[in-house]
Amino acid sequence: MTTAGRFGVYGGAFVPETLVPALEELEAAMTAALADPAFIAELDGWLRDYAGRPTPLTLARRLTEACGGAEIWLKREDLLHTGAHKLNNALGQVLLARRMGKTRIIAETGAGQHGVATATVCACFGLECVVYMGREDTHRQAVNVYKMGLLGAEVRPVDSGSRTLKDATNEAIRDWVTNVENTHYVIGSVVGPHPYPTLVKRFQRVIGDEARAQALERWGALPDLVVACVGGGSNAIGIFTAFIEDEDVELLGVEAAGRGIETGEHAASLEAGRPGVLHGAYSYLLQDADGQVRETHSISAGLDYPGVGPEHAALRDAERARYVSCTDGEALRAFHRLCRMEGIIPALESSHALAVAERRAGELGLGHRVLVCLSGRGDKDIDTVRAVGGTGEGTQ
Amino acid sequence: MTAATAGRFEAAFAARGAGERPGIIPYVMAGFPGPGDTAPLLLAYERAGSLAAEVGIPFSDPLADGPTIQSIGWRALEQGMTPARAIAQVAEARAAGLTIPVAAMTYINPVLAMGVEAFAAACAAAGIDGVIVPDLPVDEAAGLAASLGAHGLAHIPLVAPTTPTSRVARVAATAAGFVYCVSVTGTTGARDRVSPAALDLLARVRSVTDLPRALGFGISRPEHVEALTGHCEAVVVASALLDAIGTGGDDPGATAERFIRGLRGVGAAG
Repeated sequence: MTTAGRFGVYGGAFVPETLVPALEELEAAMTAALADPAFIAELDGWLRDYAGRPTPLTLARRLTEACGGAEIWLKREDLLHTGAHKLNNALGQVLLARRMGKTRIIAETGAGQHGVATATVCACFGLECVVYMGREDTHRQAVNVYKMGLLGAEVRPVDSGSRTLKDATNEAIRDWVTNVENTHYVIGSVVGPHPYPTLVKRFQRVIGDEARAQALERWGALPDLVVACVGGGSNAIGIFTAFIEDEDVELLGVEAAGRGIETGEHAASLEAGRPGVLHGAYSYLLQDADGQVRETHSISAGLDYPGVGPEHAALRDAERARYVSCTDGEALRAFHRLCRMEGIIPALESSHALAVAERRAGELGLGHRVLVCLSGRGDKDIDTVRAVGGTGEGTQ
Repeated sequence: MTAATAGRFEAAFAARGAGERPGIIPYVMAGFPGPGDTAPLLLAYERAGSLAAEVGIPFSDPLADGPTIQSIGWRALEQGMTPARAIAQVAEARAAGLTIPVAAMTYINPVLAMGVEAFAAACAAAGIDGVIVPDLPVDEAAGLAASLGAHGLAHIPLVAPTTPTSRVARVAATAAGFVYCVSVTGTTGARDRVSPAALDLLARVRSVTDLPRALGFGISRPEHVEALTGHCEAVVVASALLDAIGTGGDDPGATAERFIRGLRGVGAAG
């Protein structure tokens, strides 16, 4: 195995030969664009004038009081256009694809947020957009399917395999293999073959870059702890990257423990998986003894993925970041608390980070600060939460 | 054992006469159409005059495969097929007299799960002659190629129409047995015709290596094989053959023999 595109031993590019030249072309285009001040200025302009950056840093005042410890601050990616951090990456990649002369855009989506973000940017630039989505997810996230249609994208339900995000990703890669000449594949997280984990990180690191500057400006100090949820891990890499050199800042990723790790029905790749290759990268993976990829479960479709970005695997091995998990129930209770105490309806994905942040805030105690990446808003999850029932009262 | 297996592909290609149609390399997914059918099908492939055979080891996420092989692989997994059982089916076919070369085709994750070295050893012990891994480009393949070579097995890499000729040369330098030439920019599955890009690729491969060339992905009809005479030494036939077996009644072996003889352009007695 070579060292190209590696994070420690993780990463690489395990793809059909047909795609190798396309990945090399993408890497060359990425390197040139990111070194071009005109491209950076164009990207920054769209992030500011269209997406709504910078996003605010909000003190969760009542939640902090209730936890009785460190201050809990929220990086408000939920306020970004389309309701989640996914737009940062979709904008960056579509601008890059235009620069490469690609006329057709494809994407995979699980919860639908990345699909909506990609469809949004394609509408903005008049590009053809096809979004692959597991048949199961089209039912769970029907509103987002409708939204993508409104935005002019074609949603193709995927009936192969387990009919969820991993199968949608397989189908997007197969489309790319077939239409590689005119098509750019906008992958939605820091997963996939090199150079995608590096490319997506570059477009998401704006979250942490902004938050770090805001922290220094507001507090004159850095946070003690940064917490983010991890499915593929793009919002987590996005907020961690700016703090990696700050050795005193603890970085904590939260995976989905679903119905509990011990039940086997979860999506905690780093906690319960072992290294393997899925979607072109070597990283932690939920798989059986024979290397067949396992089905996963999380109440949050965005975390319901058996793999994880290779840089998270490397950060974990290097002990620069720690990774824990949070069950469906814990995430739901955190969801309701943020609704009732802060007037913010968070995405179920982000609720996993909130649950762990609340716990750690109590442990850290007064005089400390916890920064949480509130990666998205919860409008898309209303039906899921309603189906489960309750308001979370009495569960604190 | 290892020296003998390494030579099976070489001998099979050497036995072809000048100007002959490309030899046929039919594919079967282990566990298709039923769990015990692989060894009998391999023997039928040999009876039909195949040059070699390819055995698929199913993987849950087969990126390079189209709908036919995806669904067949998924069903095989649901019926309990595993890499170890798939390899054992080749051993069973060898014990029953199979003599043509056999290549195993799977994805890198099942190989890593078994361990690269253990996988190579198991394949060699079962009488497998070569291994094809479509999601392992040359840049990532050094470890597997070395283990396979140490066990006398051929590492059979793929090249595609999008592969630049300089890279084809790099890939071919790691190859043994033959070079697997992908006929289309796309996944496996039957196509109506052989693309001009495939003929161009075959010529480019010949310009950098003397190894035999097998063309695969989309080859489905006798006229495809006939038209490829002089352009390549073998064709791999998979989806169209499996579709025929799947819809061909209750004697998979007889259906396969008919199909393969048709591709070879010979009658029932050929």
